[in-house]
Amino acid sequence: MSVEIKVKGDVMTAYISGEIDHHTAAGIRESIDNAIELNMPSLLALDFGGVSFMDSSGIGLVMGRYRNVSKHGAKLHISSASPQIYKVMKLAGLERLATLDMLTK
Amino acid sequence: MEAINKFSMSVLSRSANEGFARASVASFAAQLDPTLEEISDIKTAVSEAVTNCIVHAYKDSIGKIYINSEIYDNGVLKIKIRDKGCGIENVEKAMEPLFTTVGGERAGLGFAVMQSFMDTVKVRSKTGVGTTVIMSKRISPRYTVNGRE
Repeated sequence: MSVEIKVKGDVMTAYISGEIDHHTAAGIRESIDNAIELNMPSLLALDFGGVSFMDSSGIGLVMGRYRNVSKHGAKLHISSASPQIYKVMKLAGLERLATLDMLTK
Repeated sequence: MEAINKFSMSVLSRSANEGFARASVASFAAQLDPTLEEISDIKTAVSEAVTNCIVHAYKDSIGKIYINSEIYDNGVLKIKIRDKGCGIENVEKAMEPLFTTVGGERAGLGFAVMQSFMDTVKVRSKTGVGTTVIMSKRISPRYTVNGRE
């Protein structure tokens, strides 16, 4: 599991890779939250291109980051979700909180 | 119906075992030649059930999680995940989407994911004794290029 943060203007992108479950979610959360506090972006983009597995712990992770950035009026975007991840996100109705892009191969 | 193959294991309720448990069941299920989507569904459902044991059943302790899986000759995979933890007071309530008893960032979607990704999900629980989740999924047969299974 790793998170790489890139900032361009007021857009902060977190490139998440590895597997997201209850075991790994806390570390991912901490990395992203620290970077949010430092950069205060107006758009947080979560890139799931490197994520090979995600269960509902990933939903908690996305909802928590949404709550975190929306306090400051920032928006959330999710990109590069694999079909498996997209299926979990749709089940949770995450498209109501964020703009959602599926991985196009 | 008699199972044609069986597998059982137990792991301690440490979160590092979540990945190990779902990968083990997925490897066992691989002999049914599932699609990538079916394998993902199974891994996700197992991950949810095992996480429930860690987060809820053995909330303040470390206990054993028992995982059994069986394959039937009609292509059905059955998975049983059992703990001897605190048990669920109200199973019906616990299975409602978004219901959660723990704070933090648990979405309360564990059972909803299991129900959505597997064909059947049954939960038996007794307070102070433990919980058993039994799930099944039929893996659809795939055909080779010459039309035979």
